[in-house]
Amino acid sequence: MTIKQLSVFLENKTGRINDVTKTLARYGINMHAFSMAESTDFGILRLIVSDVEKAVEVLRSADFAVMLTDVVCIGCPNVAGSLSKILDYLAAEHIFIEYMYAFAQGDTAHVVIRPSNVVKCVDLLKKLNCDVLTGKSL
Amino acid sequence: MSRDEMSALQGKRLNKLVNLVYHNVPFYRNKMQEMDLSPDDIQTIEDIVKLPFTTKQDLRDNYPYGLQAAPASEIVRVHASSGTTGNPTIVGYTRRDLSIWSEVMSRCLSSFGVTRNDTFSVSYGYGLFTGGLGAHYGVENLGATAIPASTGNTEKHVRLIRDLGITGIACTPSYALYLAEVVERMGLTKNDISLRIGAFGAEPWTESMRKEIEERLGLKGYNLYGLSEIIGPGVSYECKEQHGSHINEDHFYPEIINPDTLERLPNGEVGELVFTTLTKEGMPLLRYRTKDLTSLIDGQCPCGRTNIRMSSIVGRSDDMLIIRGINIFPSQVESVILDMPQFEPQYMLIVDRENNLDTLQVQVEVRKDFFSDDMGRMLAMKKALSDKLKSVLSISAEVKLMEPNSIVRSEGKSKHVIDNRILK
Repeated sequence: MTIKQLSVFLENKTGRINDVTKTLARYGINMHAFSMAESTDFGILRLIVSDVEKAVEVLRSADFAVMLTDVVCIGCPNVAGSLSKILDYLAAEHIFIEYMYAFAQGDTAHVVIRPSNVVKCVDLLKKLNCDVLTGKSL
Repeated sequence: MSRDEMSALQGKRLNKLVNLVYHNVPFYRNKMQEMDLSPDDIQTIEDIVKLPFTTKQDLRDNYPYGLQAAPASEIVRVHASSGTTGNPTIVGYTRRDLSIWSEVMSRCLSSFGVTRNDTFSVSYGYGLFTGGLGAHYGVENLGATAIPASTGNTEKHVRLIRDLGITGIACTPSYALYLAEVVERMGLTKNDISLRIGAFGAEPWTESMRKEIEERLGLKGYNLYGLSEIIGPGVSYECKEQHGSHINEDHFYPEIINPDTLERLPNGEVGELVFTTLTKEGMPLLRYRTKDLTSLIDGQCPCGRTNIRMSSIVGRSDDMLIIRGINIFPSQVESVILDMPQFEPQYMLIVDRENNLDTLQVQVEVRKDFFSDDMGRMLAMKKALSDKLKSVLSISAEVKLMEPNSIVRSEGKSKHVIDNRILK
């Protein structure tokens, strides 16, 4: 029930994100979501893409430092308080969240979570009847 | 030979040399006359401090044959050093110079343990560069078999190493690493080849490079030092103790000076290495400033040799950066980076000045396998390097983590410093 997220190491330099998106576009790989974590001199670009194996292959051959990370992706109602309820529950069960990013449109919000314990987090979310997305349902 | 005997020999040779250059090289005669010096003022080796220095610029100014002491009819070979900035340096050798060169080079090889039973591949470039031919004649003079492999066509070279049972190699340390890479790429291991001795020189290298080469090629690596202005490879060599390189001081007299005041420094202190070619005829040099920074080690070596040793080169007087009053050498940064597997052995130092304060940035590439999605871990990697740099350099440097393959690789000698202070 987890999703493979692509992480790419990038130098903080104008145009460097384009180099990644251009490479993915050339091979017809679609991006579902992405976020950028940055420090002063470098950043980590995190992506959910349509074909993760192919993305790794083409980015590596273009000399990018790439790795895969398991993340949990959920859909929740786009109303006030719905995410808060889920996070309260996870905190109570001692799930630490390393980072997360989200996008809301229409009736649904999609949230990508990188928890300390991926397996336990998925189990808990299912108990809560959360809509945990799989690679296929994206 | 006792130290007294060595000094007496050096003094005698120096007196002869000064007479030779005074009467045959106008450049030296003029300099000595300006200093009110006559050849008779130089009787013992201690008198050497009275003599003028020679710099690379003097060699360029007297291009091509201005410093030659022997008539053209006596010159049997000419080498030239690369002229990356200005004229190349032209060095002419008499027949006796070549014979001394073979002799000092053989001493080096013999100290590394090479014997007439060895088959030795010479993989320095042959040609105007002194490395190839210099090492070649040393191997032949010793009675070992010379394989003039030169550089390039490395796969063919690896096959020769395997098929001919080549036991020794003379090359630059970076070529040795490249060779190891090719051996592995060809699906071979160090067990498929019989290399046992490496004579490495012509560029600065570190202990960690030595370990890596020895590990991957299954040989023992020795430092071989030389410079074309003095003779070429064969000026100094390591023994089995590998505690400094023994200088062939009966031919090349070493001194260490303070590069700013030009004062001579006592043994043990770091400064610029200076050589006087005691026996050379073609282009003899008085007190040639090598720009290499090192120190001299006196006293008998546990190996039994009594000739003076030089420590490894800590830098070049022209590479030295003074940052916030502290002397910094790129080689110090290099050795820290080579010791950390998280980083590629590529780096760039950017020196700048902000609000009248010097800044040092060290750019380094993160190895692909060490990249992590965890920002905390990436920042810890960065801090580990900056902590280590601080303890080695005694000033703090800003570390910038770079993507693999993003630092420009240069052909030949790598450029590792961008000093933006000069422009301001």
